[in-house]
Amino acid sequence: MTEISLPRIAVADAGPKAAPSAPFIEIESLSLFYGASKALKNISVTLGEKVVTAFIGPSGCGKSTLLRCLNRMNDLIDSVRIDGAVKIGGHDIYGPDVDVIELRKRVGMVFQKSNPFPKSIYENVAYGLRLHGVKNKSELAAAVEKSLQQSALWDEVKDRLHSSALGLSGGQQQRLCIARAIAIRPEIILMDEPASALDPLATARIEELILELKKDFTIVIVTHNMQQAARISDFTAFFYIGELIEFDHTAKIFTNPAKKQTEDYVTGRFG
Amino acid sequence: MPSSHKETRRTPGWMGIHRGHKARPLEWLAEKFIFLVSLSTILMVFLIFIFVAREALPVFFGQTDTALVSAVIPPAEMDKHSPAELQKYLELTPEQFKAMDKDTLKTLMDVKVEAQNDIPESFRNSRDARLNTTEWRYLLLPHQWDDYKKPEYIWQPVGQIKKFNIIPLFVGTLKITLIGLLFAVPLAVGAAIYVSQLARPRFREILKPTIELLSGIPSVVVGFFALLVMATVLQKTFGYETRLNAFVAGIALGFAVIPIIFSIAEDALTSVPRAYTQAALALGASRWQTAWQIVLPAALPGVFAAAVLGFGRAIGETMIVLMVCSASVMSWSIFDSARSITTTIAAEMAEAVNGGPHYRILFMLGALLFAATFVSNMIGDFVIHRFKNKLEGKR
Amino acid sequence: MNKIQGRHFRAEKFDFWSFFFSGLTGLATLLILGILATILINIIANGCQGFSWHFVSTIPKKDFFDIKTTGVLPMIVGTTFRVLVMTIFVIPVGVITAIYLTEYAPSNSFITRIIRAAVNNLAGVPSIVFGLFGLGFFINFIGKNLDVLLHNSSAVWGQPALIWASLTLAVMTVPVVIVATEESLKAIPPGLREASLALGATKLETILKIVLPQALPGIMTGGILAVSRAAGEVAPILFTGVAYYMASLPTHLSDQFMDLGYHVFVLSTQSPNIEQTRPILYATVLVLLVLTFALNIVAIIIRSNIRRKMRSLH
Repeated sequence: MTEISLPRIAVADAGPKAAPSAPFIEIESLSLFYGASKALKNISVTLGEKVVTAFIGPSGCGKSTLLRCLNRMNDLIDSVRIDGAVKIGGHDIYGPDVDVIELRKRVGMVFQKSNPFPKSIYENVAYGLRLHGVKNKSELAAAVEKSLQQSALWDEVKDRLHSSALGLSGGQQQRLCIARAIAIRPEIILMDEPASALDPLATARIEELILELKKDFTIVIVTHNMQQAARISDFTAFFYIGELIEFDHTAKIFTNPAKKQTEDYVTGRFG
Repeated sequence: MPSSHKETRRTPGWMGIHRGHKARPLEWLAEKFIFLVSLSTILMVFLIFIFVAREALPVFFGQTDTALVSAVIPPAEMDKHSPAELQKYLELTPEQFKAMDKDTLKTLMDVKVEAQNDIPESFRNSRDARLNTTEWRYLLLPHQWDDYKKPEYIWQPVGQIKKFNIIPLFVGTLKITLIGLLFAVPLAVGAAIYVSQLARPRFREILKPTIELLSGIPSVVVGFFALLVMATVLQKTFGYETRLNAFVAGIALGFAVIPIIFSIAEDALTSVPRAYTQAALALGASRWQTAWQIVLPAALPGVFAAAVLGFGRAIGETMIVLMVCSASVMSWSIFDSARSITTTIAAEMAEAVNGGPHYRILFMLGALLFAATFVSNMIGDFVIHRFKNKLEGKR
Repeated sequence: MNKIQGRHFRAEKFDFWSFFFSGLTGLATLLILGILATILINIIANGCQGFSWHFVSTIPKKDFFDIKTTGVLPMIVGTTFRVLVMTIFVIPVGVITAIYLTEYAPSNSFITRIIRAAVNNLAGVPSIVFGLFGLGFFINFIGKNLDVLLHNSSAVWGQPALIWASLTLAVMTVPVVIVATEESLKAIPPGLREASLALGATKLETILKIVLPQALPGIMTGGILAVSRAAGEVAPILFTGVAYYMASLPTHLSDQFMDLGYHVFVLSTQSPNIEQTRPILYATVLVLLVLTFALNIVAIIIRSNIRRKMRSLH
């Protein structure tokens, strides 16, 4: 991975503070419209590399929408219009000649509802690799094994790699989706409430996994579970009705937030 | 940490993302191709209309002429007429006319004179033999033909004097279609109410596809059944005279449209939100009262649309009517034979001369049929669309 | 008030009208089922008598009204050929159009609405009009022009032929394939598409590798329904390719062919002695019904499985 160091973009002071040391994902006065209604309002924030950043906020606050801006999944919706810029590694991903496909290879995503393909476990993980031109069988097998090991699923599935992925439990399926996402070695992994449909034990495993993965990947996670955000993230952004209210070190957000709204939310007074 | 195998295939850094859609010409081409193929459905409808109407155009423009006896230009007087007149007289296209030399033209004129001379004496002096029966007044209005006592509507496309009055065909079509609908609509809608509202869910799962199976019976089989079995049974029951008549055809037609009306009406009734019915049931209404007073009024546009689409299907049905009754009699009685537009086209196209007036008029009937079903489909779809939107709360 | 309290819940007052109308609608349902059963039983019971291996494997002589020597082999072959050639055209066009409508089309654009309206209209055009279209377009326009270009104006393509009948039927059954394919495409969870796209698959790759394999049962249903519908249709082929009698089987796309449905029509309307030809007629109808009806039932079973799957998604 080529390191790119860029001068830090000055972010308007009135808004939330940009905290991470090495700016990696820079969101600059981003607004998003669904038809006429404005779902994201002038959001500016800079996220660091190889850290876990959590987006929290009550439902409908736009945190998932913002997440999906980072790999341009919102492009799939006809009525969406976007103002502002998102830069990753200094490159505007909404630039006129950006290849969305290339972008999505580098920005992986794990969804709220686990969505393994109705294929074998092996084929699920190999799918992305094949897409991007890996044909050599031993190379494929090695990469699949590595991804499954990294997502802590290898031991559970190594004997049935070629049986259907739909036979796995919910938690296993979600880890398979993570394995699938990391198999193509993205630099960023976006996670949209990855544990919201899982039981506490499976959730704990996913959380462990996220802490493990952050050594290699930049992770942005959306969660409505504040304890989860507190446990796994280094930075936390709090959103409310399409606005970024506060962004800071997780410890600061949960112990000493700057804004009253943030405090109300993290202490459970609303939301 | 990035593993080696990916690194080699990747443009360094983030620059790889700057390639835009031009980087994937195949993707772009495929998308355009898929779009073009799907446009072909529009093209098909367009072509159907164009090519059916194209063959019928001469009728609309008055370019067909069936007059048996016409004025003759003696070949000797050829030079007295302008080339344009001659071309029209010999029914040639400008290209054909240009390609011919004088002798060929003369031969053609001789043929023309001979043809006129071949007309039997009895017709030579007939008034009707001088008429162009493809004019609108002969197509639509009654005419008193020779040997007839009063003006009449007659479709009789063969013989020396061709009578092309299309009104008997319209009446026949309407008669058969209405009988079919009168039979099919109450049955199909009744069954739709029963299946969607009153039957047990498990029963319903079986009933719906079973009734829809009826649409899997080819119309030629329904026609055969009506001809061989039903006609006799119905004649014994009702004791009318003509065995094959509009009534039998209408009932058989009903068989063919029942599954369509049922299917659409059932969909409409089922799509009425459960909240409506449950509110009514909670207030102590019986299942029937709920169905009759709540569900049916709410689904009425859908049921109406079902009937309209059934009408479209019924006027277009060919084989059943063709097999069951065929004589074109101008009569409103349901126990007389009748001939529908579709039947006329199917039965007479084979004997019509390609490009002749009869052929043109059959195509004109086809174009009218297309227009009629086009309109009824439009109305049906529009009503259903509005109905669904209303139920989903979008105005 | 007291009176109501004292009343048993179950003893609803007998409502005559409620009973009457429920019975009436139930009767309507029964009547329809009765019609269906009567037709099927009548045909199966009578059809079995004239049915034999000899019957389905014989090419009849010119006089096919004779019970002893007649057969329906050329009709079976003709119907099968015209339907198979049709699927070659109708499946790709139908499936691609359905893919456009579900995967690519902007949901409320003008052009999408027009395409949908066109598909709906195509489904409602009378079959005889398709026949006229086939004659006016395929034979008189395409065929005649082909002859001018390729065969020095001698009639090869500019006359009724297997290929024109098949193309006419393809135009007629395109909506069937589109509707069935669309239904199965919609039944695929959107999450699968998103997952594939998020892995950096292009739209086309997603469709080819994830969506289409999943939609296969639906596409099959559409194909089978189209085949079954087309196999039973007679009106569209009347002027575009069917022959009253042919001494040999069709070998070329420009040949005419004999057809089961048309043969039923011929036997039941042109027979010199209807009582004598009755067994042949019933047997022919049975063969036709087996062809179309069996296919229909298969399609319905696959389709109801898809519908069940779709319901469990929502």
